Amino acid sequence: MAAATGRSWWHSSAQRREALEGYLWISPWVIGFLLFALGPMIASLYLSFTEYKIGGSPVWLGLENYIRAFSQDKLFWPSLNRTAYFAIATVGLGTVGSLLAAILLNQNARGRNFFRALYYLPSLTPVVALAILWQWLLQPQVGFVNYALYQMGIDGPGWLTSRQWAVPSLILISLWAGIGGGRMIIFLAGLQGVPQELYESAELDGASTLQRFFNITLPMISPVILFNVILGVIGSFSVFALAYVATDGGPNYATYFFVLHLYYNAFSYFQMGYASALAWVFFLIIFILSFVQIKFSDRWVYYEFS
Amino acid sequence: MTTSKQSAPISFERERPAGKSAARYILGRRLSRVWLYTLLIVTGLAFGLPFFWTISSSLKSITEIYIFPPTMWPAEIRWKNYADVFTIAPFARFIWNTVIVTLLAMLGQILSAAVVAFGFTRFRFPGRESLFVLVLSTIMLPWQVTIVPQFLLFRYLGWINTYWPLIIPSYFGGGAFYIFLLRQFFLTIPKDLDEAAKLDGASNFRIFWNIVLPLSKAALATVAIFSFIGHWNEFFAPLIYLNSTDKFTISIGLRYFVSNPFESDEPREAILMAASLITALPVLILFFVAQKYFVQGIVTTGLKG
Repeated sequence: MAAATGRSWWHSSAQRREALEGYLWISPWVIGFLLFALGPMIASLYLSFTEYKIGGSPVWLGLENYIRAFSQDKLFWPSLNRTAYFAIATVGLGTVGSLLAAILLNQNARGRNFFRALYYLPSLTPVVALAILWQWLLQPQVGFVNYALYQMGIDGPGWLTSRQWAVPSLILISLWAGIGGGRMIIFLAGLQGVPQELYESAELDGASTLQRFFNITLPMISPVILFNVILGVIGSFSVFALAYVATDGGPNYATYFFVLHLYYNAFSYFQMGYASALAWVFFLIIFILSFVQIKFSDRWVYYEFS
Repeated sequence: MTTSKQSAPISFERERPAGKSAARYILGRRLSRVWLYTLLIVTGLAFGLPFFWTISSSLKSITEIYIFPPTMWPAEIRWKNYADVFTIAPFARFIWNTVIVTLLAMLGQILSAAVVAFGFTRFRFPGRESLFVLVLSTIMLPWQVTIVPQFLLFRYLGWINTYWPLIIPSYFGGGAFYIFLLRQFFLTIPKDLDEAAKLDGASNFRIFWNIVLPLSKAALATVAIFSFIGHWNEFFAPLIYLNSTDKFTISIGLRYFVSNPFESDEPREAILMAASLITALPVLILFFVAQKYFVQGIVTTGLKG
């Protein structure tokens, strides 16, 4: 609402009544936001400066929890690096994979609705079921994946049971579940929204296929790419259930991601103060990553209507 | 917010005129039909074979499932694995619990997101635009930041090991995605209808209930479907709030299945596969029944956000 017109507008009683009624309609969200988002955020910021065990009262520690995280906790940096590795791999490969799948589905092929449904199905599978069925597919001795590799003369690794292969296994599972999901559907809609005339005139100018892709398609769908990458980064950094069920952070901490660390501190060791500090570190990482992506997006994202 | 000019969700069913496919320009005409279908089928197999393998494994006997090289399809189909799922663990109970929680939470999300979206589209009030931006920004707020105080709050209220923490938050706003989706839809409903009803003396609540909601069935169905799937598949909240086995929802029930050894040491992979498939089944069926709502919902929240 423009502030300049605000005063006289606000003082008319009919409009004031309309405003009050508007606040009443949105009040469920406002209350929910205060109770379940803003309030808890402030509370966890406070708790992050304390030692708090359930049943007791918080003891002020100052910055000690943060110092402990950054310089004493032997699991902190490794879990963060592991999470970053997982996130870069799944967002990078996943975004490219979803875009390629969308391009494939956008071809004028028979049965593309069938294929779209087939690609989409893995993303609907509940994560616990996903973890269980892939544990079996990746079973080292009689699993389907190693059997297929055996057919090709390759001796497959131990996958989820191997320290070296556990994170790549989880990346593989995430890609299988994520490539054909909502991200692909959004890309597909983005591709179909690119005006035909652009391709036609580029063709008249003699542009090659690759030139058309890089000079027309990519710029035209760049807002969609930005949206998918931002949400993808948040989702991958939050990886929890898949690792918790498939490997429980193992073998020997090989898949111990940051949110697992947070979870165990909060709900196994009940160190609510320290867990809150971890949660705030996590929030700041997500916030900075999202902020940087939005901030630098004007260098590569093309907005048609801005 | 950038709003694109398309007013209707993009249809995927639309056929392009022959020779005018955008994708042909993208990948070029040299991508022959043969290559196209080869790629479609190979990727289709990559996504489909794991499901096939799961189904096949779920029907194998204890001895056959450990044979190497593995058989593609069981020599003898063993339906009993599916019955065993329900006798070995209280799986029917898990399903029932999940149905209750999912339906109650879904109802809350639909009602509350619709009410809030109505407020954002039909009333002018100071701060409306910035509040709506705030709604959208909560999409990017990771739940990990709020989980500890939320847990303490629900613990203080004595709600641990009850379904309230899984249900009650749905009644307060219903989630930013759904508010956004319904707001976009409500904006397309002409206000002339409201004005006409107002002249007849209808209250805002009547306009909401008798005009806007009935005209929004498609959008409400989309919200209902995504909300259903979200709650059916929910893992973290049940994990931290539910302690006793008889209260478990299906996701943590399935995990309980894995982590608690059976009385005998027999291999149980086949039964696990059957249990996983039973867990995923409602969502997969819902997808096949209501495919068009999926596409519309994803496109509205993705492209216009």
